[in-house]
Order: sequence, then C-alpha cells, then structure tokens
Amino acid sequence: MLRRPHYIALGLIVLLTLVTLNLPGHTTARLKLGIGSLFLPLFGLAGSTQQATGIVEDAVVTKRELLKLNEGLRRENERLQLQAMQAEETARENARLRQLVGWQLQTSWKLKLARVVLRDPANWWRTVQIDLGSRDGLKVNFPVLTADGLVGRVSSVTLTRSQVTLVGDPNCKVAARVNNETHDSGVIGPSGPLETELVELGYLSRNANLKSGQAVLTSGEGGIFPAGITIGKVVDVQSVDYGSRTEVRVKLAANLNALQEVWVMLP
Amino acid sequence: MNWLQTVLVLGAAFLAVFWQAAFGGVRHLLGAQIDLLPPLMVYASLSTGITTVVLLAACGGLWFDSLSGNPLGVTVLPLFAIGLAICLFRELILRDETFAQLVLGLGASVAAPLLTLLLLLTMGHTPLLGWGTLWQLVVLSVGGAVATPICFGLFGWLQRTLVHRGDTASSFRLDREIRRGK
Repeated sequence: MLRRPHYIALGLIVLLTLVTLNLPGHTTARLKLGIGSLFLPLFGLAGSTQQATGIVEDAVVTKRELLKLNEGLRRENERLQLQAMQAEETARENARLRQLVGWQLQTSWKLKLARVVLRDPANWWRTVQIDLGSRDGLKVNFPVLTADGLVGRVSSVTLTRSQVTLVGDPNCKVAARVNNETHDSGVIGPSGPLETELVELGYLSRNANLKSGQAVLTSGEGGIFPAGITIGKVVDVQSVDYGSRTEVRVKLAANLNALQEVWVMLP
Repeated sequence: MNWLQTVLVLGAAFLAVFWQAAFGGVRHLLGAQIDLLPPLMVYASLSTGITTVVLLAACGGLWFDSLSGNPLGVTVLPLFAIGLAICLFRELILRDETFAQLVLGLGASVAAPLLTLLLLLTMGHTPLLGWGTLWQLVVLSVGGAVATPICFGLFGWLQRTLVHRGDTASSFRLDREIRRGK
C-alpha cells in the first residue's frame, strides 16, 4: 500500500504537472524549446551520421552514373533557365497590367533554406524541428515548403531552432482551392494517423465539381499561406451523409516522410 | 551505488527520447514510433527506489514533451502512474523472469499513450486519432514488450561492469569447527 515516500512523490509529480500545464503559452513555448536545447550536442551527432551515410553513398556511385546524372542536370538547368526567362517576362507583363488596373503589386517570395533536425516523437502530432530560429528572421506562422509543394507553418521559434507544424496535423488548417473550372474552395485538414501522404479537403460546397487528378493549391485566404502554393492532387471524391457532404482526399505533393531540407517563406 | 543506477537510467531516457525524435526508421516501416520510456520506467520501478521513478517520470516526460507537439508536462503524470503502480506491487512480481518483464513492458507501453491521450482530450486538445491509432498502439505495445527484457539485460550488464561487488561473508565460523579426533 501507499507509504509516506509514495505520497510525497505523488504530490511532487502532481504539482509539477499542474504548474507546467498552467503556464502561459509563450512561457511554455520558451521552456519547451529551452529544454529541447539540451539535445543540441546530439544534433551534431545525427548530422554527422547523415553526412557519413552520404559520403558512403557517394563512394559507391560509379563515374559513368555521375556523368549521366550531370548530363541530365545540365539539360534540366537549361530548360529551367528558359522557363525562368519566360516567367520573368510574364511577371513584368503582370506588373504592368496590375499598374494599369490599379491593383497592388505582387511581391516575390523570399525563401530561406533550413535543415530538418528532429521529428515529433509522439505518434499523434505531425511536427518537425528545423535549424533556423529568430536570429535568422523567423517568426510564428511563416509558411514552409519544398520544391514539390506545401509542408506546413512555423508554430514556435527560439533563437536557433523552430518547430514546424506539418500539413495533416490537427493544428495546421490550410485554406485551399481546386484548380478546376469552378475554383471550388475548402479547408485542408488531417486524414488519419497512418495516412501520412493524404489529407482531407473539407468545407466544400454541395455542388462542387471535383475529379481525381485535379491540382489543389493554397487559396490565400486565412492570411498565413499566400495563394498559389501547390498542396497536392485530388485522389478520390466521396459523397457522405446521404449526399449532404463531400469528402475529398488529397495526396500531398511534398513527401513529408522524407523531409531533409525545407524552404521557409519570409514576408 | 543507487546514484549510479539513477544516472544510468536518466542517461538512457535522454538518449531514448533523442533516438525517437532523430531516427524514424521504425515509423516509416510500421507507421508508428516505439516509445522507450515505459520500458525504462518498468525497469526503474522494479530495480530502483521511488526517487529514481520520480526523476525518470519528470525528466523523461519533460524531455519527451519538449520535442513533441504535446503541451509541456502532459507525459509526466502517466509515466509516474505506471511507475508507482509497479512500485507498489514489486514484491509480488518475479522481476528476473523474462515473461514477467515482457508482460509488464506490454502493459506499460499501452497504458502510457492511452493515459496521455486521455489527459490531452480532457484538456481540450485534438490529437490525430482514428482507426489507425489501434495499429499504432499494437506497434507501441509489442515494441515496448520486446524492449523491456533488453532494457533489463543492458542495465544488468552495466551494473556488473561498473559497480564493484563487495566481498561475500563466509559462512565458516571458528567456534563451530568440527575437529576430527585421532
């Protein structure tokens, strides 16, 4: 049965839990990232392990494969340069037309590369930690993306590290629109604990005209994510609750399971 | 040498939390990350005192929460509840039996996430739950059950390697010596 030391221990733990759970939000965030900083020496170790794996992989690749890869990258680079030239011309034209109509000019994205250092150890959240912090100009709610598509948003920041809440986490809702004729819009939310590549598009209008394969982009509503970032593609459309609601599953464009480097979008 | 055991347990908890956050091989393979804190708690509650149990629950819980989306401190109470429950019945448990360790590891690895989820839902948070959570619980429990005897084996080896064993007292007594007559 419970003895005096057990009562004391129980009291201490209950007190600690109550105090930590009732701290103000900003204090908890600072405390969390402060305690997490204890793991800083081990980040280097994990980074070195990844680098060592990379070096071993590089050593295994033959010269012929490298030359082939180089040739492919050279061609892709040329193609992208041509596309960039075309895009620059379109942007100039867009700016001229916006000026003529009197609309506000669009600002170009400022991006900063970050390395993903840790993942959430709990199975019921989807967050990662990156190696950029407030000293790099990061603030809460900055969008995070890869070349493939949207990744999430910055949810807390310290001097050297930040936590990113990924798309598909219950705390990361994204206003989205489908790239179809009717521009149906809705909100991206979580799908399920095991479906890391899928998210659910909800709050759609009843007469939404959706088909699998249609692209889903950020709509720009909500004030966090700018419009036009690729989220993914529609996988399937289901009518549920006797047709009163449409459930759409979207396959994310960015592979959230294999995130190593991400871009943080600065205003 | 209780302090050494405490230091070893806390060190192991620190490394376990880091491993869970830094290496996602198991998560990619099975869809859930194994939690090593409940097996450590089983070991601590059967082999050390209540002080180590408190320190493991507090430090392990805070380290875990600091790297996750959990509110800070939410994992502390479930871990301690498991430790205390085992501590109270430790005299009745055959702690050296692998089967007992497996069963305790399995139970602790199911109880810890369930209690944490219960606390989260009570506090109004909305963690990612669904039918897949059942599979995640299966992975967590089996992983925890396998990790517990490994934990006992590892700490037993560390104990034998690092802790000096005192001389065992001889049962020979001069006043009870039977002298053989001629």
